[in-house]
Amino acid sequence: MQKTPIIKAEHLTFSYPGDAESKPVRALDDVSFEIEEGSFTAILGHNGSGKSTLAKLLCMVNYPDSGELLLCGKDLTAPDVTEEDILAARRDIGMVFQNPDNQIVASIVEEDVAFGCENLGIPSAEIRKRVDQALEEVGMTKYARSSPHNLSGGQKQRVAIAGVIAMKRKCVIFDESTAMLDPLGRQDVMNTAMKLNREDGITVILITHYMSEAAMADRIIVMNQGKILRDGTPSEVFSDPEAMWDAGLDVPQTTELLYKMRKAGYDVRLDLFDENDCAAEIARAMKRAREGK
Amino acid sequence: MKSDITFGQYVEGNSLIHRLDPRMKIVLSILYIVTIFLAKSVTAFALLTLSAFLLIALTGLSPAMILRGMRPLLFIIVFTAVFNIFWMTGDTLLISLGPIKIYLEGIINAVLIILRIVLLIVATSVFLTYTTTPLALTDGLEQLLAPLKKLHVPVHEFSMMMTIALRFIPTLIDETQKIMNAQKARGADFSTGNLLQRAKALIPILIPLFISAFRRADELATAMECRCYTGGEGRTRMNVLRSTPKDWAAAFVVLVLGAAIVLANLYFPLYGLTL
Repeated sequence: MQKTPIIKAEHLTFSYPGDAESKPVRALDDVSFEIEEGSFTAILGHNGSGKSTLAKLLCMVNYPDSGELLLCGKDLTAPDVTEEDILAARRDIGMVFQNPDNQIVASIVEEDVAFGCENLGIPSAEIRKRVDQALEEVGMTKYARSSPHNLSGGQKQRVAIAGVIAMKRKCVIFDESTAMLDPLGRQDVMNTAMKLNREDGITVILITHYMSEAAMADRIIVMNQGKILRDGTPSEVFSDPEAMWDAGLDVPQTTELLYKMRKAGYDVRLDLFDENDCAAEIARAMKRAREGK
Repeated sequence: MKSDITFGQYVEGNSLIHRLDPRMKIVLSILYIVTIFLAKSVTAFALLTLSAFLLIALTGLSPAMILRGMRPLLFIIVFTAVFNIFWMTGDTLLISLGPIKIYLEGIINAVLIILRIVLLIVATSVFLTYTTTPLALTDGLEQLLAPLKKLHVPVHEFSMMMTIALRFIPTLIDETQKIMNAQKARGADFSTGNLLQRAKALIPILIPLFISAFRRADELATAMECRCYTGGEGRTRMNVLRSTPKDWAAAFVVLVLGAAIVLANLYFPLYGLTL
């Protein structure tokens, strides 16, 4: 079945205006891609590769200098686009930011989750229902009445995700949402993101520089210097570790290990991202090598 | 890392006071403040103090915590007390040491003034800050002031600003602590030297704090935009305020208290306050 693209970008270009001392910085340079509805895509790139700029374009915080951007089939770069169209597009695309503190507006968890729905003008009873459901879904029901200040980073991010769920968005962009969290909090947020995608069919775009997180996606877009460097499934993207290293990026540790094994003459696959699978593959390869001798 | 500043912070609870309509609580605290200023005599103040204790008991908050919250105001309290004791003249001279003359009236006046300040804090903190979530409070204020929107007063905008300010107070306190520790680790000294030197030592704290606050503001604005915030127009609320008979009963009680204070002033004018 042909799925409709929820996001379609054609030749997007964006530069940050320079000030008196510096020249304008080109952050995005002729970027084109499509994101299918219901997919799980990771956008990888080191700092300054343009990945966060891209996120800001997708949720209409910044506007592209040139190129076309279609959200849910609506062209937001058309000359006749109105403020209402942009607001309508924002309703479908949610964003979870990097700093958990700087996106929580209210001093009570459930009131923060309700904030987005309140902005949409949804009737009170309906908001109540959605907020309870959303908190349930991210496992934060028992913190509904507490203050976000007392939550851990991972919990705060889950509150932010609940806010997105409550607004019933079609697509969620995680803009390095795990960068400031400890390993446990990161696991929490990743699990919630996976759940959103697998169970609710919400399109997830995960912007990250953690290879292990990117490996969980269906598709990876690698950004480098404002351009798309690679685009494909994790096995495709990580099949050439040298290219990734050249772009200043890493590959998952499992891939790196397998790649080094292969260079050392062992016959191993590269596309295994789970430690256990990787260990099994190495054991197999070593057994084969022994038997070969 | 939790901040130990309790003043102006909501304490979770489910008491009668907690459950009152925030709009009514704002009105009640104003009424109560007016009542405090009406009180003139010792008897009236005794009555008020009693009512304050009852009020605290009703909220289920610990009086020790409320007292702790007053610590920042200790200086003002001591200053006014000293001022009253030494400058007030009256009929009953207690101590006379050269130019210093202390009168009984001065001491009573000082005690009553202290009581007045303490009661004012109790009234506002018990009715408002301790028992009402900041959001409910601003919500109540927004609705109370809603008629002013017709005069183009940006009521919603003000209440939004207040909500955000309240939300970020603990965050910024934590941040201040972190910056102070970071500067201390580099050898900064905040506790010695004269006043000017100490004030200067604060600059390396304030500058990073301000920069980070502006950065936070910028990020928060983006996050709010992404969550479809477009101002007060067309917004609904999850928790709609409804006044119940309880609210009106509470208003009645406070009005009766006010009347009692006026009567106490009139019929038991024991050592009247002169300020």
